[in-house]
Formats: sequence, structure tokens, C-alpha cells
Amino acid sequence: MFDRPNRRAVLTGLIAASSFALSAPHIAQAAMTERDAVALIQTVSADLNAIASGSAAASPPQFERILDRYADMPIIAQTVLGVEWRSASDAQRRGFTQALRGYLARKYGARFHEFEGGSIEVMGARPIRSFFEVRSRARLAGQAPVEVIWLVSDGSGQLRIFNILIEGIDLRSTEAQEMRSILDANGGSIDVLIAALNAS
Amino acid sequence: MTAVKTSTSQKRVARTVLCAGLFAILAGCSTLGDYAASRSSKDPLEPVNRGMHAVNKGVDTVVLRPVSMVYGTVIPARLRTGIGNMASNLGEPANFVNNLLQARLDQAATNGTRFLINSTIGVLGLLDVATLMGIEGRPADFGETLHVWGAGEGAYLELPLFGPSTTRDATGLIIDFAMNPFGYLSPSDDVLSAARRVRIADTVGLRYSLRSTIDAVLYDSTDSYAQSRLIYLQNRRFELNDFATGDWEAVNGEGQAPSASDPYADPYLDPYADPYSQ
Repeated sequence: MFDRPNRRAVLTGLIAASSFALSAPHIAQAAMTERDAVALIQTVSADLNAIASGSAAASPPQFERILDRYADMPIIAQTVLGVEWRSASDAQRRGFTQALRGYLARKYGARFHEFEGGSIEVMGARPIRSFFEVRSRARLAGQAPVEVIWLVSDGSGQLRIFNILIEGIDLRSTEAQEMRSILDANGGSIDVLIAALNAS
Repeated sequence: MTAVKTSTSQKRVARTVLCAGLFAILAGCSTLGDYAASRSSKDPLEPVNRGMHAVNKGVDTVVLRPVSMVYGTVIPARLRTGIGNMASNLGEPANFVNNLLQARLDQAATNGTRFLINSTIGVLGLLDVATLMGIEGRPADFGETLHVWGAGEGAYLELPLFGPSTTRDATGLIIDFAMNPFGYLSPSDDVLSAARRVRIADTVGLRYSLRSTIDAVLYDSTDSYAQSRLIYLQNRRFELNDFATGDWEAVNGEGQAPSASDPYADPYLDPYADPYSQ
């Protein structure tokens, strides 16, 4: 089922996807520059490496702190929920954002220690419309390097990450799909979705 | 000896038939793009695909996953890597031909060199000496060749046992099978069955080494079909477009929303959609 060479890249990418999940710091004050974006990703990489070398049990709470520090959670929650965001009440929006944070931290944090000894090399950054794309290469032990792209915006007032693409697979889309699937299975109830995320 | 002779002549017949079929399929390929453009639904084969996904998942649950756990426990990591190297080496002739067909001559030369080095110094491909020497390969397949020649992606297609694909990539897979010198064109039946065993062992080994990722997609996601489809298509497009720049617009056209040309994407699924401009 998984025997073509390029399937390897898909799966390697996925592994890395789970490892370097949504993350970013509060660097930009005035207009952000490419240098700020690169510095942000270098800081995130260092923090992620510290988690990877720590204990597995401690990962999810540490990961939550990384999300708080580097990820633009409100805008991630909004785009991941998609059209449902528009009809959601303020309480639902807050509840969903909070539930998503815990879900992401548990999902990606739990597996993070598998990537001990890996490293992220930042290749460069460039502006795209109103945000920045930072290209990096993740090296995991015994694997071909994996291309990781970080999308960074200061739209929230602080420089933060709003999406990550690993070998072309973007985390915002895969999580948006997951949210949609949970909603479809539950008759479209946002409250049930929030409960499902909190129970994950 | 007689058996080998008979099978060789049978293979010659098979080769002729395959070559004739190849041209017919190639001629048909140009219509794949039209098909993709004309379909209105985002996954026209979804009902069939979902059925096939359930079958594939069942095979994984009952056979592949349990077998891979035993394999991974019994076979030492070094040998598993060696078998993986052998399987990759068996794919080099196909990489060579496809890179040639894609006019990537440097890459084709690299594939040829890798095959010669790894098949000899590397003990039939067991050791990836070429990579250690800094000669790194670029995998290529006929689905990619069709893409380079201008064929569209076609419809998403979940194949029996092979899993996620598209109508274009599935066509490519058939042709890769047909022209693989270690497949039906093997010089002898012994080579064919040995190559087949290496490939099967490699598949089981990959299932083991990537188990946490595969398990997460197949068993932990709410809709494993939808997740597999999304992941396959995004990664495949990344590979085909040499997505080194990660430039979504380069794939879909300058200033073009992915949804305009990409039936799978909507504004929420464009990875480069600016969240603050919506």
C-alpha cells in the first residue's frame, strides 16, 4: 500500500508535520521585516528542540506554552473552523479557540519526543502579500531532509505563525478537514465539536 | 531451462501487447485534463473511492499492520534499512527512464550512476553507497512524466492496495509497471520473484517505520478517507511542481485563487490564504 518511493516523502513529511506543529514570538513592533520573520522561526526551532529532548509526558503542557507564545491562535481557530465561524456565537468562538489549543498541544505534543536529535535549518524568508514565508529544512535522524514552510503574519499586532506546510501538506487544511469531519459526524453542532476536542 | 525459455517468449508477447496498449493509453491521457476541467463535483468518484478506502483500511487492520509489527520486531533495523535500499535501487531504472522522458538529463544521469554504483559496490543495492558519496537521487514516476507533458491531475482515485492516487497517476503506475525491468520485463522469473519479495518486504518495513504517522491518519482521524485524500493531493502537487518555493500562485496562476482551478481547495484550504484579508 505504501511502496512507491514518493510515498516515503509524504509520510516523512507527515512525521515532521506532527513534530513541528503550529507555533511563533512577539518580536514585531513596527513593520515586520524578513529578518524578524527569520529570527522568529529560529527562536521557535530552539524551543521545539528543547521539548523534543525532554520527557514525553511533559510535552503537551510545554507545547501549549509554545502555542501561546508563537501561534496566532485566534486567526488559526477562525480559519480552521471555516464558514461555521461566521454563525458561531462569541462564547462558542472563545470555547472553540481554547479547545483547539488543548487539542493541538495534546495531538502534536504527545509525539514530539520522537524527533529528538532533529534540527531545523532556516533557509530564508520573503514577503508574500501582507505576510512572510520562511523556508526551512528539518533534518531528522536517518531521514531525508524535509521542507518546512512557516507563514508568519503581524496581523494580530504581534509577529506570529498562522500556518505551517510540511512537504506541501499544510496543517491548517488538515485540521480544517478534521473539524469539518467532526461537524459532519455530529450534525454540525459547534458545541459538540468543542466537547469532542476537549475530550481528545 | 524450458520453463524459463517459455516464459521469456511469453514475456516478449506480453511486451508487445503492453507497448501497443501504452500508446493507446498515452493517446487517452490528453483527455484526462479535459475530464478534470469538466467535472463539477470535487471528487466525482467519491462513493467508489470510499468503498475502496474501507477495503484498504481493512487489509491494513487485518494483515499489513499486524505483519509489519512482527516484521519490525524480528528484523533488525539495519537489515530493514538494507531492504529499503534494495527496493529503492530496483526503482532506479524506472527513475532513469522517467527523468529522461521528462528531459531532466542531469537527473537521469544521476539515477544511472546510482544504479551502477549501488548494484555493484553496494552489493545488489543493499547499501546506498551512492548517497554516502554525495550522489543523491530524485525519484521519478510516469504519473509525473504525464504531468510534465501537460496532462492534468484528473480525478482523485483510491486504488486497491496502492491507496491514494489520481486518474493520471494511476495511468502512470500502470506504465511504470509495464516498463520496469524488474517487473514483468524481468530477465528471468527468478529475478522477478526476488524483486517482488524485496518490494513486499520494503512495503511492510515502511508500514512499520512510519507506523505512528500512518496510524494517526488511518485510525485517529474522524474521516480517514478525507484526510488521506487531502494529504495525498497536497503532497503530490508539492512534489510535481518542485515546490521548493512553496509558491501556491505559481501552481495556480498569478493572482488566481486556488478554488478557481483547484476543485479540492476552497478559500479555507488555500495554505497561502491571508487570514487577515478575508
